[in-house]
Amino acid sequence: MKNTVIILFFFVAGLLFGIYAFLPEEMSGDKMTRYVLYLLLFLVGVGVGSNKNTLKLLKSVNLKIFLIPLTVIIGTFLGTTFYSLLDSSLNLRECWAVGAGFGYYSLSSVLIKEIAGGSLGVIALLSNIIREILTLLLTPVIVRIFGRYGPISAGGATSMDTTLPIITKYIGTEYVALSVFSGLVLTLLVPFIVPLILG
Amino acid sequence: MEVGIILLVTGIFLGYLLRNHSRILRIGSKLTDGAIFLLLFFLGVTVGMNEKIISNFQNIGLQSLVITLFATIGSMAVTFVFYKFFFDKQ
Repeated sequence: MKNTVIILFFFVAGLLFGIYAFLPEEMSGDKMTRYVLYLLLFLVGVGVGSNKNTLKLLKSVNLKIFLIPLTVIIGTFLGTTFYSLLDSSLNLRECWAVGAGFGYYSLSSVLIKEIAGGSLGVIALLSNIIREILTLLLTPVIVRIFGRYGPISAGGATSMDTTLPIITKYIGTEYVALSVFSGLVLTLLVPFIVPLILG
Repeated sequence: MEVGIILLVTGIFLGYLLRNHSRILRIGSKLTDGAIFLLLFFLGVTVGMNEKIISNFQNIGLQSLVITLFATIGSMAVTFVFYKFFFDKQ
């Protein structure tokens, strides 16, 4: 809970800074985000390597490990299909494309902007950022409602990096391999699925 | 992202070598927290600097929030059902 408040504080501080600090265009958070992400990936790697249960888990899961990303894909498409029935301003393909970012906002928003235009690109950016933020903020609640695999599923592509620390904090570090694997598969699929849907 | 994957793998090897050095690992976990805070800050900066998002925030924001809720709840529900009925009954 303490971490959640701190995380929200940092996000809001960044938001206000971005709005009011009149930073030059090239100071945009994108580049800095990447460097911090690199640091985070490295630290996550250290966490994986030093966890004595990781290897054990990898050996025991086999088929299970592929089912998480598969259920994320099916569930995301189901959910966004329902949404498209309620919102007449977006068609089914557009809703699917936004969902198919699986939280990987930087890549999916750029891809969607290129293919379908800026407005849908912004929705993709916001939506996938929100997916990441929801996972970061609500993981403790998600675990209670949807069980241990819930946060991995909610995190989508981000479960391999940005949401990994918070996920494993609440479901246990022995699930690191599962979380990384699911996020990795989804991350790798984003550049294929998004153009396929909109193509 | 290739750089990220390389760093991840490097970290895994280093972590494996350091697996019995709990003090270093504890520093690593503190650094991880710091990196997450920084990441969220920069995320805020990125959104805050995008005038298109800020000026359209109410419409686009609500649309994005609701579509994300559908996508995320759909995801978790399908994952939950799969694992509940196919794996947890041992």
